Amino acid sequence: MTPPGRGARRAGRRRKGRGRRPDRAAVSRFAPRDLLSEAVAGILQRPARSALTALGTVLGIGAFVAVLGLTATTSSQIDGRFNALTATEVTVEDVGASDGSAIGVSFPEDAAARIERLNGVSHAGVYWPVSLPEGDSVRASPVGATVGEEETQVAAAGPGVLRAAQPTLKEGRLFDAYHEREAVPVAVVGSGMAARLGITTLESRPVVFIGDRPFTVIGIMGDVRRKADLLLSVVVPATIAAQEWGEPGTGTPARMLNSTRLGAAAQVADQAPLALDPAHPERFKAVPPPDPKALRDTVGSDLNQLFLLLAVVCLVIGAVGIANTTLVAVLERTGEIGLRRTLGARGRHITSQFLAESAALGALGGLVGTALGTLTVVAVAMARQWTPVVHPATLLAAPLIGLVTGLLAGGYPAWRASRIEPAEALRR
Amino acid sequence: MSSVPVIEFRGVGLTYPGPPPVPAFLPADLVVSGGEYVTITGPSGSGKSTFLNIAGLIDAPTRGHYLLDGVDTTGLPDSERAGLRGRRIGFVFQSFHLLPHRSALENVALAMVYTGVRRRERAARAREALVRVGLGHRIDALPTRLSGGERQRVAIARALVARPSLLLCDEPTGNLDTATAASVLALLDDLHKDGMTLVVITHDTSVAARGSRTLTIRDGRLTEPPGRDTPTAVLRTAADRTGA
Ligand SMILES: Nc1ncnc2c1ncn2[C@@H]1O[C@H](COP(=O)(O)OP(=O)(O)OP(=O)(O)O)[C@@H](O)[C@H]1O
Ligand SMILES: [Mg+2]
Repeated sequence: MTPPGRGARRAGRRRKGRGRRPDRAAVSRFAPRDLLSEAVAGILQRPARSALTALGTVLGIGAFVAVLGLTATTSSQIDGRFNALTATEVTVEDVGASDGSAIGVSFPEDAAARIERLNGVSHAGVYWPVSLPEGDSVRASPVGATVGEEETQVAAAGPGVLRAAQPTLKEGRLFDAYHEREAVPVAVVGSGMAARLGITTLESRPVVFIGDRPFTVIGIMGDVRRKADLLLSVVVPATIAAQEWGEPGTGTPARMLNSTRLGAAAQVADQAPLALDPAHPERFKAVPPPDPKALRDTVGSDLNQLFLLLAVVCLVIGAVGIANTTLVAVLERTGEIGLRRTLGARGRHITSQFLAESAALGALGGLVGTALGTLTVVAVAMARQWTPVVHPATLLAAPLIGLVTGLLAGGYPAWRASRIEPAEALRR
Repeated sequence: MSSVPVIEFRGVGLTYPGPPPVPAFLPADLVVSGGEYVTITGPSGSGKSTFLNIAGLIDAPTRGHYLLDGVDTTGLPDSERAGLRGRRIGFVFQSFHLLPHRSALENVALAMVYTGVRRRERAARAREALVRVGLGHRIDALPTRLSGGERQRVAIARALVARPSLLLCDEPTGNLDTATAASVLALLDDLHKDGMTLVVITHDTSVAARGSRTLTIRDGRLTEPPGRDTPTAVLRTAADRTGA
């Protein structure tokens, strides 16, 4: 009666003496790889049910990816229009004093030089439409008829304006700082305008008459990338224009066209008014290029929120579906739970198994949903001949959201599963 | 070594808390040594499964001390109880409890998932266990394609594969016809001959007679018919002790 007891006590002491790890009575374990393969097996043993269960998540994640993808795609169309050219353009308007006076006359003489001193500015210049006196017009010869029916515009521009407009020259050259400084009567015209003026080549040193004053045409522009209306004007240096027809005024206010290096535009726009007139910066309104992000946000906000809400609703339905199926599975598999406990599983191992199953189901739904959502984006983009754009973060996040949905949905059933008494479960 | 009993109950009893409290297993002393083949009989509801659950570390006794292989299981943390259960005890049930969507091999291998056997080893050991129970030719069969006797053999293979020191069987032939039952019982006899310690619950007297020792439970009271005491078999109910 006592000997076995003493032996047992000795064994017990030995067990304690060895520390936390008794020889064969090592603790029960459940390796992550086993957890994964058990979860996958659990899903695969009822494929049809698993597929139906994952459907809600598929729809939710699919909608999520499609909405974000379509948003990215449409706004990338806008981004496409919003190219490097617009991103590097700053115009400055002369809005005059706050009492309405001094409109159009506030640019200092050295405006272009002041702006060009700013960091990041490539070219700067003042321009204004010249208002010719009554009776004066643009003609190809001193006594000829006016060119065409309508009045031909004359534009006064600093040399920086022409360069900022990035013209492609067909022939000749642009006027430069020298012509500006010396008020040389030269002109640059667009090729269409040149044809109307009867100018085919610069070899013959052609001249246009503005009023009675001859201007030597020194350049013909094929195209300009900014300020396309320059092509419809005879462009002359600002200094000679001011000499001949006066400074810009209220009716024909001067503006500045500035090109900047990429990324500098916003800062240049910030600094320009102060650089032009430290005493009266409020007289200038610098227009930076629109912020692409702000542009995207205004386009993206209204409809998308509705669709994203719909996606969330789908996800919630998906989560409820997973929760429901997992709960049913737990009740159905009570015997299995009891058996696993006899094989050494702990309550938490049972929990983790069911959690892993629901998480895997959610992740699977997320993956399929991501694929379907991406396909939707591609299909829509192809139909509209857009470039499909889906942000990589969306593609990474979507299956993860599915996984988290599954985890959350599986929480309660998995907890219930761990609470099932093995003795109870085995009685089935 | 062999002097350390596999099962030692010291005043072990279990009362389900209820309400009302159910004294399903009355405090008893019991020693089962290694290699014994113990059969337990008793009417329905007498506490046979309760006894098995205590011996199998599924239920913790509410009284006394239970020593398994000399290890006092009283107050062991859950992780160690589960570890002991997985490694030292094999269970065989009347209703087999096989996973229907897993092959025989996978069902057997499942017994090594929670005990830290390396994955590589599992298939080989499961195969070996299936061969041992005479199912070497049905290794990849699903349980639904197996006969009742074959299913119970798979269950026995699963119980053996972790190399336990104790095999607990609750009505192992309850769902089987006489012929298949005989083959399963012959297998149990084989295991006994190989030195396995067996505790088999049955209410079939012919099954009970195959054991080297038969205990009876009635209304939660464990008794051993007199005259069959062996030197290692020690049994007294707590009631007898107080009566003496
Ligand atoms: N969780 C529990 N709570 C309360 N009473 C219980 C619980 N489990 C079992 N019992 C009771 O304990 C007693 C013994 O049950 P047990 O399952 O051990 O009987 P058994 O001998 O295995 O019967 P059978 O031959 O029908 O399987 C029964 O009266 C039963 O109702
Ligand atoms: Mg029973």
